[in-house]
This record gives sequence, structure tokens and C-alpha cells, in this order.
Amino acid sequence: MVSWTEKDPIVSIKDVHKSFGALEVLKGVSLDVMKGEVICIIGPSGSGKSTLIRCINALNDIQGGSIHVRGIDLTDPHLNKLELRKKVGMVFQQYNLFPHKTAIENVMMAPLLVLKEDENEVRARARDLMKKVRLEEKENAYPGELSGGQQQRVAIARSLAMSPDIMLFDEVTAALDPETVKEVLVTIKDLAQDGMTCILVTHEMGFAREIADHIYFTDNGVIVEHGPPETFFTKAKDPRTKDFLSQIL
Amino acid sequence: MASRRAHSIHRIQTDLPVLKPFYVPPPAYASASHWLANLPPYTGILLFLPLLIWPFASHAAGEFTMFNAFEALFNWIPFLFTSGFLFNVLISLFSMLFGTLAGAVLGLGQISKISPVRRTSWFLTQLFRNSPWLVILFIVLLALPFEFVIFGVIIAVPDWMKAVFGLSLPIMANISEIVRGAVLSVPTAQWEAAESLAFSRQQILWRIILPQCFKRMIPPWMNWYAILTMATPLCSLLGVEEIITLSRQAMEAENNHPELLVPFYSFALGMFFLYCYPIARLTIRLERKYAVKL
Amino acid sequence: MYLIAEFFRQLVEDYPRWNFIWMYEPVQQEKVLSGIWMTIQLSVACLFFSVIIGIIGAFLQGSRNAIVRMVVQGYIQFFRNTPPYVQLLFFYFALGQFTPTYSPDGWLEVPIISNVGWAIISLSFFAGAFNVEIFRAGIEAVPESTREAASSLGFSRAQTFRYIVFPLAVRVSLPALNNNLVNLVKTTTQAFGIAVPELLYQSVTIWNDYPSALYPTMLLVFVVYIVLVGVLVMSMNGWERQMRIPGYGL
Repeated sequence: MVSWTEKDPIVSIKDVHKSFGALEVLKGVSLDVMKGEVICIIGPSGSGKSTLIRCINALNDIQGGSIHVRGIDLTDPHLNKLELRKKVGMVFQQYNLFPHKTAIENVMMAPLLVLKEDENEVRARARDLMKKVRLEEKENAYPGELSGGQQQRVAIARSLAMSPDIMLFDEVTAALDPETVKEVLVTIKDLAQDGMTCILVTHEMGFAREIADHIYFTDNGVIVEHGPPETFFTKAKDPRTKDFLSQIL
Repeated sequence: MASRRAHSIHRIQTDLPVLKPFYVPPPAYASASHWLANLPPYTGILLFLPLLIWPFASHAAGEFTMFNAFEALFNWIPFLFTSGFLFNVLISLFSMLFGTLAGAVLGLGQISKISPVRRTSWFLTQLFRNSPWLVILFIVLLALPFEFVIFGVIIAVPDWMKAVFGLSLPIMANISEIVRGAVLSVPTAQWEAAESLAFSRQQILWRIILPQCFKRMIPPWMNWYAILTMATPLCSLLGVEEIITLSRQAMEAENNHPELLVPFYSFALGMFFLYCYPIARLTIRLERKYAVKL
Repeated sequence: MYLIAEFFRQLVEDYPRWNFIWMYEPVQQEKVLSGIWMTIQLSVACLFFSVIIGIIGAFLQGSRNAIVRMVVQGYIQFFRNTPPYVQLLFFYFALGQFTPTYSPDGWLEVPIISNVGWAIISLSFFAGAFNVEIFRAGIEAVPESTREAASSLGFSRAQTFRYIVFPLAVRVSLPALNNNLVNLVKTTTQAFGIAVPELLYQSVTIWNDYPSALYPTMLLVFVVYIVLVGVLVMSMNGWERQMRIPGYGL
């Protein structure tokens, strides 16, 4: 295993290629994320941004290039996915809570079953996390009884329960009603301010501008342009970026 | 009579060898694995050769073998098919016809506005839907009279007609449920829309609702036809001369050699499979095609 | 008890066609009770094994090996599209002749699988074929994204199946399973064909010996099956209710 220090990027993506059959979705993407950084990946639908962050969690394998997460090589055929997933939490667009478990059970499940931690400790931590996502009164509700925004916050708490070093957010507000988007964004912002390394795929430009340290714009499987929010949103150079921003803003 | 048949069922014990062991003497000169490794590859085939030749060899020796059994089956196939299996199909067709007609009436009865009609229809449907087919068959066989007297003429009721009647009862109950389910699957908005256009209840049902759900009833209807066909061998317990009864008689005629059992029963299974499998495939296809699209 | 017996004794004197013989004659009563008990045993054993077969089959159908999938598919199609009664006959008579025998008392040669054993085997395979498809449909109803969420939390494949996919699949499968198991209980009557002494078989012997007991015994058979099916349906519905997840259609 490659040794990793805090000075190295916590996620290092180099020239990644990914195809689904004949369709090439990622055509050589490289980016580095330092510990504690918040980066947002934006771009039109089908530009490969979701695929990219799924690759970081080894949900999709890649055909070329390399991805290292805290020094773990994801292209290693003997990759220990469990080790990787302990370090990387992921939140999905469709929440994907386990419908047969209550909110707090959803949060507790992975630490109990995967990390085999003590139940009392896990419960205490899960309570804290429910408080953190402002749902302490919904602990015993089933996912079907919660609104979309509430479910998404439980999903965030569920990922945090594994104490990951990095959090991946895949268009987590895309399926939500406008009025519940905000409560989820506030939760993510709290996290970012606590120093969590976050990689977000999002369509919320205002939010990206507010919390991101760095913004990447992808189109057609490549990173077209990137930079800190101020320069990215005001001084975009590439015509494709300008075009995209003019449609969105 | 049915019970006599049941009583007469005994295990048929065989004292004939079914498979003769093939013995390879162990080599004295080397370890067994060494010896095995040195065998030429065609030995495997040679090992099975006796198995292939054996039926013929013992046939020559005058024993009754699998080979004879299949030979016997081939002689009986035309008879078993035309007098046996086709009769099963005939029973199933008649039962389906009567069952469907009665089931349609009962199903409409279940959605009737008149309470006693609705309740009676519901009760009959549940009764025959939840009773075992064989129990219904027995009851029909034993409770129905042997003959009717119409205008002084005695008309005997053959067993197979009783079987048709007995099998059509559970079919009736299940078709009744299909009709009820299909009618209820049409959104109430359709009823309301038609009512607002001043159609009568009869008109709504026959002109608007039933034409919509008719297609949807076809796949489950076919499914029940297949189930019915597979229930027809039960009639052999009532002494109806269908494929299983005839297979038994044929085996008796061939002196009840135990070797006959596998070929004859396999033939019966095969006939039903060849008949029911295509129906099942078609049912699935129609199910997909007519699936409720919202 | 004595009064009840006296009542039915009187009844048959007044109405000769309504001889509830098993209400006052111990031998016939024993037959009826042992028949009911055999039907219950047969049903429970077949329910149990058919569910096991269903789970194993559904698991094998998800195999990556095409041959395994083909074998399972062949099994399902064969048992679904042939009459259960002929399957019983085939198992008992055709395959039964190959079963080894043993001698419990040194005199009699008894096959190691009795007719009850063959009935359980045959009916379990019959109902199991339906259960495989029912469970498979349940497993496929669990969305891929839910599985993915579990694996992104570090669940192994086995853990994902055990804690996420299986509990959800069971809930989806229950209504269809319910139907199939009711059907199985009704199909146990067909074991009559290989002389398994279940309720129908015992009843037939009773009304053959005492034709006057025909109607009462028929009524009894009807009632017992309606009750058995009713108990099964109610307990399955209770289970379904208990498993219902708040806020979901399941």
C-alpha cells in the first residue's frame, strides 16, 4: 500500500477512462482533492459527473487511468472494498434508505454489522448524528413516513455513522421538493464547516458558489474548466462553460 | 369403486436386477492413483459401453429389460394417445366450456346490486375455490344419481360426464373471481363518467366496462385452462378411462413388469408437458401485452 | 361426551342417511382423527420443504453459471406444466422401485422411503417450483439502488442479501406465497392416489364400509378443508400485517 500523508491529495484521480459498452463516459479526467477541501462538480446531464464520483466509491470500475483514495489504489485487483468504503461515505439522489428499518436503525446498521461495534456506543453516536441532521424527534419513524428532505438527511447521517474521511454527494437535492432542498443543503454546509472533505455533484449553483473551495465543470466526459468559485463564476473562459452558466444563472 | 382402486395400490417389489455392477479388479503392482493415471482416455467410454449393451444383452438372455419396456410403450402409444390423452383434452374442453359459462354468470352475480344474489354468488365462489379438486370430484361422483328419468326414458350418466361436471365447479369459482376482479380493476371514474351520460347500469356494464376488461381476463383464463388440464388425470381415481387409467391397464396387459413404470408414466408426463407448456408461454406473452398500462 | 354420542345414535335412527358414525364409534373416530392429523403433518412438511426448495432455487437462479440457471429453469417448467397427480404416481411407482429397502424385523423388506415420504417429496417439489419463481420475483423487486447503498456502506454481498434484500423480498413475495401454500394444502388430497392415509383416504374407507355415513363424512371433509385453509390464510394474513412497513404499500 502506498503511504499517504496529510500533505498528499486525499483523492487523486489521474486520466480516468470509463465506458459503458461502446459509450465512453469519461475520457481522461484528472483531479486532486486535499483533505478538508470541498469541491463541486457541475455540468450538463450526461456529462459523466455522477459516474466519476461513483468510481471514487468503486461502485463502477474504470478502464484506464488511476484513482487513489488515501493512498488506496482502486485499480488494484485485490482491492479491499470494505477498507475503502469505511473511509468514503456516499449519499445518493434517491436516498436509498432501507425501507424496513427505522431511521435510527438505518443509521446504526452499518457500524453494527460492518464494523462490529458495540451496540450502546453505536446507538449513542447515532443519536448524536440524528441531532446533527436535526431529526432527533424522528428516530423511530420508518423511511416511508418521512418527507424526501428528511429521508435524505437520514441518509447523510447513515453515511456519517461510518466516520468516513470523505463524503460523496451525488445530486442529493435533485429529487427533492424545492422547500425541502434547503434543509439538506444546510446539513451539508454544517458538515463542510466541520472540516469534512466533500465531493459534490450538484445543480445548485448558488450553493456551490457558497461552500465550494474549488469548482470543476465537466462536459462530454472531460473537465472543461476549473477554479475557485469567484473566478469560475465570473471569469469563465471556455465558451462551453459560459454557455452553460448563462443558461443556469 | 374408486376405493377398490385405491386399495389395490400396493408397492410393486422387484427382484430383477436393475443395474449390474461393473467390477474392475484392483492392480496389484502399483498404487491405485498411479494406475488410474496411466489409463488411456477412451477407458471412460469403454466403462459405459456395458451399460449401453446391457439391455440388449439381457434381452437376449430372456429377461424383461428397459429395452422391452420402451418397446412395449411404443406399441401402446397410438392407443394411449388417441383413447387416453385426447380424452383428457376432451374432458378439459367440456369442463372449461361449462365452467366458463357458469363462472361468468356467478362473477356478474358477485357484483350484482341485489344483495341475496351477491351473497349467494360470493358463497358459492368461495366454497368451490377453497375446496380441493379431488374432494369435489368425489362428492360429485357419489352424490349425483347414476341415471335420470326423463319422460319415462332412463338416461344413464356416464362417469366421464360426472367428471366434467365435477371439474367445471372449481373452474366456475375461479372464473367468477377473474370476472369480479377484472370488473373492479376498471377505475370508478369510468362508471361515473358513463352514469353522467345517463347510461343504465346494464348498458354501462355491457357497453363500457366489460369490453375494457375482456382482454385482461384472457391470460388468467388460459392459466386456469392449463391447471384444469393438469387436473384431468384425477378422473382416473373415479374410474374414467383416461390416460392414467389406460396406462395402468396397458401395464397390466404387459404383465406389470416394474420396468414399464418409468416409460409409461414418463410418456404421460411428457404429453401433459407438451400440451401445457406452450399454453403457459402464450399466457405469459399475453399477460405482458395486456398488462394494465396507466 | 356420552350425551353427544347418544344424540348422533338417535339421529341415525330417525334419519338413516345421516349417520355421523365417527361421532359415536371409536374406531371410525380414530380413523377421522388420524386422517386429519396426517393431512396436517403432510401439509406442514410440504410447506416447510417447498419453501426451502424455493429459497435454494431462487438463489441458484441468480447464479452466474448458465448451466445451473438452465437446470433450475427446466425443473420449474417441468413441475409447473405437468399434473401433480401424475408426478406423485411417477415418484412413488416409477422412482420408488429403485429405492433401497431395509429390514426392520429381519422378515419384511421395507423401502426406506414410504408412500408418505414420496408424497412429501413429490408435493414439495411441485409447490417448490412455484415458490422459486415467487421468491425470484421478490428478489428482483428490490431496487438495484438499494443494494448499491448497502454496498457503499461496506456491506458484503452476503450481508446485503441477509439484512436488506431478503427481508424486503419476503415482504414482496408473501401474497403470492400465501396463494401457493393454500393450493399446496388442497393438493395434499391427491396423495390419496398412492394410499397415503390422509383425511380423504380415511373418509373414503369410512363411506365404503358404511354407505349411510356418506353425506356426513363428505360434509366433514368439506368443513375440515375449509377450516384448514382458513387457518392458513388467516395466519399468513396476520404475518403479512405484522411485516407491513409503515409508509409503504408492502
